[in-house]
Amino acid sequence: MKNRLKVLRAEMNMTQADLANEVLVSRQTINAIEKGKFDPSLPLAFKISRLFKLSIEEIFEDEV
Amino acid sequence: MKNQDWKTKINTNTKVLGFWTAAWTLSMALATFGPRYIWEDNLVLTILGIALNAAFGIGMILANIRHLRGLDELQQKIQLEAMGVALGVGIVGGLSYSLLDTTNVISGDAEISFLVIIIALTYLVGIFIGLKKYK
Repeated sequence: MKNRLKVLRAEMNMTQADLANEVLVSRQTINAIEKGKFDPSLPLAFKISRLFKLSIEEIFEDEV
Repeated sequence: MKNQDWKTKINTNTKVLGFWTAAWTLSMALATFGPRYIWEDNLVLTILGIALNAAFGIGMILANIRHLRGLDELQQKIQLEAMGVALGVGIVGGLSYSLLDTTNVISGDAEISFLVIIIALTYLVGIFIGLKKYK
């Protein structure tokens, strides 16, 4: 699944560790999501969307 | 919950799991060698040793469940995949090994310790591959 996490994080001047701290996961998990290697669960996607004040669809894009 | 609290919780869960695993391992050694070298085949002490080992084993299982539940979702996925492979190798490898014994293809008896070692090594390799895969 593609996502805009890296761009959004950069816009807010956040490191992967900062984002991980905010959503209570490890930095490795944020890194794997950004690289598209791991798709987050719905609760985690909601946490991320709340943090960036965007909808899930504005952050994550399904690759059909 | 703050992330620091979450990390502290994971560290604590890991240490608790380490304690129960060490206790189980030591009690296994005690139950194995105690009858021969410490209490000279006293049946009551032997049963107590085995019961103690089983009790520590239950503690280790519960600590492992708590540890797994404390991990984040990617870490849980890595653990699940590694345990799935280890379980599969354990069942397939264990039954093949047992067949080698019952059909007398191998000269000695099949030892469960070999199976435990295979499962443990497979699990470790699975964790290593998972960490690399999602890096």
